[in-house]
Formats: sequence, structure tokens, C-alpha cells
Amino acid sequence: MKEMNREEDIFEKMKESLLKGDKDEAIRLAKLSLDIGINPLDSIDHGLTPGIQQVGKLWEEGEYFLPQLVIAAECMKAALKVLEPALSEKGEKRQEIGRVVIGTAEGDIHDIGKTLVATMLSANGFEIIDMGADVPIIQMVNRAIEEKADLICISALLTTTMLGQKRLIELLQEKGIRQKFKVMVGGAPVSLQWAKDIQADSYGENVIEAVSEAKRLVGA
Amino acid sequence: MNAPLRPKLKVLSNELIDKIIGEAVELLETTGVMIEGKKILEFLQELGVRTDPSRGRAYIERETVHKCLKSAPSTIKLYDREGALTATLEGDNVYFNPGSAALYILDHPSREMRKPVTADLVRLTRLTNSLKHINLQSTALISTDIPQAMSDWYRLYIGFLYCSKPMVTGIFAEESLPLMKDMLVMLRGDETRLAEKPLAIFDACPSPPLKWSALTCQSVIECARWGIPSEIISMPMAGATSPVTLAAALVQHTAENLSGVVISQLVKPGAPVIYGGSPSVLDMRKGTTPMGAIETMLLNCAYCQIGKRLGLPVHAYMGLSDAKILDSQAGLEGGMSVLLAALAGVNVVSGPGMLEFESCQSLEKLVIDDEICGMAYRLLEGVSQRDEPLATELLKDVKPDTNFLSSPHTLRWFREELYFPSIIERRTHGEWLKQGSKSLADKAAEKVEELLQKEVSPPLASDLQKGLRELALSESRTHGLDKLPLSE
Repeated sequence: MKEMNREEDIFEKMKESLLKGDKDEAIRLAKLSLDIGINPLDSIDHGLTPGIQQVGKLWEEGEYFLPQLVIAAECMKAALKVLEPALSEKGEKRQEIGRVVIGTAEGDIHDIGKTLVATMLSANGFEIIDMGADVPIIQMVNRAIEEKADLICISALLTTTMLGQKRLIELLQEKGIRQKFKVMVGGAPVSLQWAKDIQADSYGENVIEAVSEAKRLVGA
Repeated sequence: MNAPLRPKLKVLSNELIDKIIGEAVELLETTGVMIEGKKILEFLQELGVRTDPSRGRAYIERETVHKCLKSAPSTIKLYDREGALTATLEGDNVYFNPGSAALYILDHPSREMRKPVTADLVRLTRLTNSLKHINLQSTALISTDIPQAMSDWYRLYIGFLYCSKPMVTGIFAEESLPLMKDMLVMLRGDETRLAEKPLAIFDACPSPPLKWSALTCQSVIECARWGIPSEIISMPMAGATSPVTLAAALVQHTAENLSGVVISQLVKPGAPVIYGGSPSVLDMRKGTTPMGAIETMLLNCAYCQIGKRLGLPVHAYMGLSDAKILDSQAGLEGGMSVLLAALAGVNVVSGPGMLEFESCQSLEKLVIDDEICGMAYRLLEGVSQRDEPLATELLKDVKPDTNFLSSPHTLRWFREELYFPSIIERRTHGEWLKQGSKSLADKAAEKVEELLQKEVSPPLASDLQKGLRELALSESRTHGLDKLPLSE
């Protein structure tokens, strides 16, 4: 088999491992790709990224369900973990399209939606600082300053904790740093109207929309 | 004479129920529940619960669960603002109240969801007061024309100004609990009378899986001390915050609810506690929590059956729809769910009026749901034996031209046999055309206005009105508000 074909073959299999949600296979292929000398950046660009995009497309079409989406993103994360050390050894870096501080509003310990968005953002090339659930607003803002984040994503599942999203934006305004960050809000009770009301920069109706909106906001 | 059979729905075998309870009890003993806040953990330890502060967990022994189930009352009576008995939560008795804490209201003319203000809350409260089959009220809307920090108790205040029915409520902040209790005490006269004649139920929602926030835990503890009924609202979301299989979600629900029952009973044996919940399935395409999903309804019926086997009054969020406007989906989900709740004998049914995953109230839907609740009550009455023999006497002289419209027997029984809906369409097509070809939603909107034209009866006694307003005003001043909306 020619080397070129071998590469294509591995990229195709990487894609498949994401479509099937087979984590062990995704890790095996990542290791194999390094063993036979494939540039990790190529594996990411031609194997993993098209794979996760295909999964996202199938989900949007109603063919795939949320568990398949989440598991595919986790497969990608696991494969990236194998590839990334090799990348830094070569002095290369995966192109980072934006830094995101993400968390669930104070008082809200539910973070399934937030984690899903974080995982998909990460799969799509964002650098993620996931602060978890029940995060005090002030901590989120401070972290965003520290990390020089491009984007702050704040999620809320309860109607009562949605107010934290509003407070976050107010706090940024008070500190005079509102223009430094783009703010995205999300969560089950959150609507476009709410996002407009509190002057958030954007809002994702679902995880795929959240990713495309995040990309739009950072100009990627 | 044969007594009528009450139609009943059972969705679990007793064997499966016992297996679910068995696993839940074992979970409480081995895995325990996570408790937020050191103080509460210490408090539970003082009450004899084994705790592991380093892991923030409380482990509840099997014997403790059994002891607490024994001391928890199987009957809870609710009394209205004036002290009259309104509801006896026991057996298969069914009482409806509007779905609570909506962030939005559906504006009928514009078909838009918008943020509610005090005037909306007053309208909803007055409407609830006048609806025959909505037996209890709830703090159903969150007003946005007042500071958010006072939005929980403010709903209670408006509720009792404009409606005499017992209340289903809850807190958003710990500080609100004593104030809300003070309001209830003011209406009843003193704390003893409030404990004797409960006026409000407080919802307390554990955070799935198997966790209690400090706020909800505190609510259960304080309510138990004061003899105020707590409603434990465990809300596993199957496939997201609980396992996806319904039976496993039920085990988690049972464990969470039992831990709530234990907390309340350890604080005060005999404290009124209701076995409730708000489980749902996760929509695997949209990631939403459909309350109108058939599996959500199935989960509700199932855990209520478990609660009944444990000998406790039960509650569920049913009668809701996820529709965005008053369309066929709103009617079909509301209808199916109310009917199932009635058949399952759910004692407290919270949900009428609600759309969009428990986030949007609609006065028009509330009126339609009231109609559905009336139908459900009729169904529960079943088929009665009114005569002996049943029909032989009535039919023995029939001729080809016999009709029963003019028979005294019809006049004697038709009111008891038949339910009379008010806005359900039953006119001829011609008459419907002539009177404007209105949809059910439009007729419901007219009905809302018609009912709101009428005076609220009975009005709250003037001294209590004054007291309540003063209490609310003095509290709202601490939130920087010198005048309450609509205060005349």
C-alpha cells in the first residue's frame, strides 16, 4: 500500500471511530498515526475535524441523537490527548481559534448542557477553560481577565439562576470591560429574547448553533 | 345498589415497586446522598445520621428510613385563607393547581411570550380563585416589575390578597422563608393554628443525582419545625441527570425523595411531607426536558404509585404542555396528562396553564385545563347504579316514538350523570359560523375576561389586607422599593 493511501485510510478510520463513538479505536488510531509518522496536524485536520463535523451534521439532520454527539466529541478529545504532546514536541500547535471561559451560573449545579457545549467548542478548535457548575460571577469575570479570554459562555438551567447571566454582563459593564469580551448565554430556559434583554452578544439555541455562533463572534 | 368503580391506572407491578424501593433504600445506606453545606451535615449528624464531612455525604440506614416512613402522616389536610377545609390529601383524592414559577406569560392577542408583571400575577391569581376545578393556587408567575430578590415571597403576598385557595409555593432564597412563614402566621392568627390548619405547601427540589442544596435542605428542615407541609420534588432527567431507563430513574427518584422524607421526620416526627417530583426524559435530539412526553407522564404515574405504596400523599407536575401557543399540541398534552394524573390518583397535580417546559403560563390554557380537569373528575366518578333494576322499568313501555328528553327520570338524573363544559365546542356548524367561527383559544380568552370582570369572593378581611400590605411594604423597602406596584 502506498504511504498516501495508508494516510487516507487512517483519516477515514478516524472519522469512522467518531461516527461510531468508539473511543478505544480513536485512541488506537491516534497512536498508530504517530507510529507511522503521520503529521498530527494532518490527522486533526483530515481525520478528526471532518469526523466531528460529520457527526454534527447528522445530528442537525435528525439522524444522530445527543448521546452520539457527546460520545463523538469525547472520542475526539481522547484522540487529541494522544496527538497533542507530539505536536508540542514538534514545536507546533493546533490552531486555536479563540479562548473561552465557560461555566454554569451560581446556584445552578446542573451542567450537562454547558459541558456538551464546552466539549463541542473544544472539538472545533477553541481553547476551553471550563469552570464547572455553580460558579460565582465574580470568579468567572476574574478568570476571563486572567486568561485573556475572547469569549465568556455562561449557562443556566434554572429560571432562578438565569439572573446570574444578567449580573455577569452588568459586572463587566461596571468594571468598564464589557467591550473586552464577547458574552454568550445558553441553557434550557434561555431564549433569544432573554439574550437580547440582558444585552448578551449571542445565544445558541442548541449546541451546534452555539459552536457556529462562537465561531462567528471570534471571527473564525 | 352497586357502588361505582373508580377507574384507576397502575403502571407498575407490586413486585417491581418493591424492587425499586429496595434498591433505593440500599443506595441511601451505601452511596448516601450529597449534602451541600457543612452546617446542615453537622445538623444531620446530631440527628443521628451517619455522615462523612470530607465527602459531603450523609448515609441513611435502612432502619431510619423505615422509622421515618412510619412517622410520616398518610393524610395532609389543607385549609383555605378563611380556614375552611379545602383538600384532604390522601388515598386517590385529586386536586389541581396551576403550574408554578413561570418566567413568562403567553400574551394571547400577540401570541408572544413576554415577561410577567404584577398585573399579570393578579389576573392569574383572580382567575385561579374563580375556576371551579382548580382547587389550589400556586405562586405561578415571577413578576419582573419588582426587585428580583423579593420575587419569591412577593408571589405569596399577591396570592393571598386575591385568592383564598390554599397555596403551593417555594423559596428562591433562604432569607425569604421566615418572612413567608410570618405571612402565613398572620393570616392564620398564630403558629399553632398554622400547624393545625396548613395553608401552604413548600416545594423543595433535590438536585439530581442524589444531592441536596443547602437552600432546599433548609426549607425542609424549617417547614418540618413549623408544621408546614413540604413537597419533595425530585427531578431526575432520564438520560441526563439520571440513568435513561425509566426503572433506574425511578430508583434514583425514590432515593432522593426518601432522603427528603427522612430529613423532615428526623427534625420532627409526624411533620407533613408530600411525595412529589418533576422527573422528565431528555429529548435526545433537542436536549430539552419535555413535560408533555408520554414517558415523562409514565414516570409520574409510576412514582406516585410508589409513593402510595409507601403510604404518603403524592404530588406530580402533570397537565403541562411543551407547545408554544395554544394549538392542538397544547390541548392534547394537557388533556392526556390531566387524565392520567386523575386515573393515577395524584393528590396534588401542579401543571394546568403551563406551556414550554414549565416556563410559560397562559391564562387561556388555564381555563381550557380547568375544563379538562372537570372532565377528569367526571371520569373518576365512573358509572353509578342509580336504579334497581337498572333499566327494565324505564324501557318496558317503549314505543317507536318514545323519547326520554321529556321523561321525569331524565330530569331527575341528567345533572348528575353529565358534565357540562363551558367553552368546548358542541354547537352546530351553522351556529358556530354565525357566532364568529372562534377557535377554542379565542373562546378561552373571552372566558378569561368574563371571569375577571367578576368580583373576587370572598375578599380578604380588611385588617388582614392591611397587615399583609404593611408587612410586604416594610420588607420591600429593604430592597429599595418605597411603593409596591398596584398599591392603591
